[in-house]
Amino acid sequence: MSHRVRLLVLAFGGAGLAVMFAMACLRLPHFGGSWHPYGERVVPGALRRGTPNVVSSVNFDQRAFDTLGEELILMASALAAVLILRTVRAEQEESAGRHAYGPAQVFDALRITGYLLLPITFLTGVYVVAHGYLSPGGGFQGGVVLGSAIHLIYLAGDYPALARIRPIPMVESGEALAAGAFVILALGFAGQVTPMNAVVGMEVGCAVVLVLARFFEQALLVKEHA
Amino acid sequence: MSHLPYFVAGWILLAGVYGLVTTRNLVHAVVCLSVAQSSTYVLLLTIGFRKKATAPVFSDIKPGRHVVDAVVQAMTLTDIVVGATVTALLLALTVQVAKRRGTVDPDELRSLEP
Repeated sequence: MSHRVRLLVLAFGGAGLAVMFAMACLRLPHFGGSWHPYGERVVPGALRRGTPNVVSSVNFDQRAFDTLGEELILMASALAAVLILRTVRAEQEESAGRHAYGPAQVFDALRITGYLLLPITFLTGVYVVAHGYLSPGGGFQGGVVLGSAIHLIYLAGDYPALARIRPIPMVESGEALAAGAFVILALGFAGQVTPMNAVVGMEVGCAVVLVLARFFEQALLVKEHA
Repeated sequence: MSHLPYFVAGWILLAGVYGLVTTRNLVHAVVCLSVAQSSTYVLLLTIGFRKKATAPVFSDIKPGRHVVDAVVQAMTLTDIVVGATVTALLLALTVQVAKRRGTVDPDELRSLEP
């Protein structure tokens, strides 16, 4: 299909979508209106179970079964990304030391900032996970903070240290354990918001670390044979 | 014009789709898909918005206060998580396509050869 034909098809489809979307939107309740039947029903449910953060209550108590599906999607796509990025046979993984960006290549200020921010960011992640039932936050958000915190050490210019503080086999086991624990919690003990937050935080953190580890390998370690 | 925020979501979707159709780079296509998907965040959050209401967290406000719809906020959270993982998966596929075919231009990836 030539570029011009493709644009014509897009213009036709886009115009149709725009018209139908606009017609559908005009039938929606007014923006900012007070008619929220579901929103009004979840609040008493959350307060009855003693979870002040209604979003956490919806995710881990009232719709915990849906979150189970979301959780498994997350694990499946993390797993798929890791599988797709596995080192293929034609390539050889070089030792981590050879491509390490030595301290000399990074500004001192950046290095110190990375090392200083690592514990603070890690603590923030734990806080966001642990207070998910009480304040904005939760396992998904905190897990991303935890998973990214570790990579500050890479920004500080020390790839070998990053490889040391996140041993991949342990992270893989952590991911699997957390996913299994979440299935058990969601099916048998839905409503335990704090343990579920902790498990989700662990799983999301491990998934972030695993996927990023594979991308790092691709970028830093894999060199194709000519 | 009380429906304008909904139209913003539609506009973001169309902008993302336009980028997907005209792109010459798979990484750009993945980002365009993220843009298209972010329209669903906007649509969900605007549907849940309520005037003079606050965040649905009752640790520092009294029960009975009007809050925005927590169900669509939870759905948006699900949406973001799934979107992020799908982006990671597509970028992984892009890395492999670039390695095996030597190009990331979708127009040059015609056949299904490995």
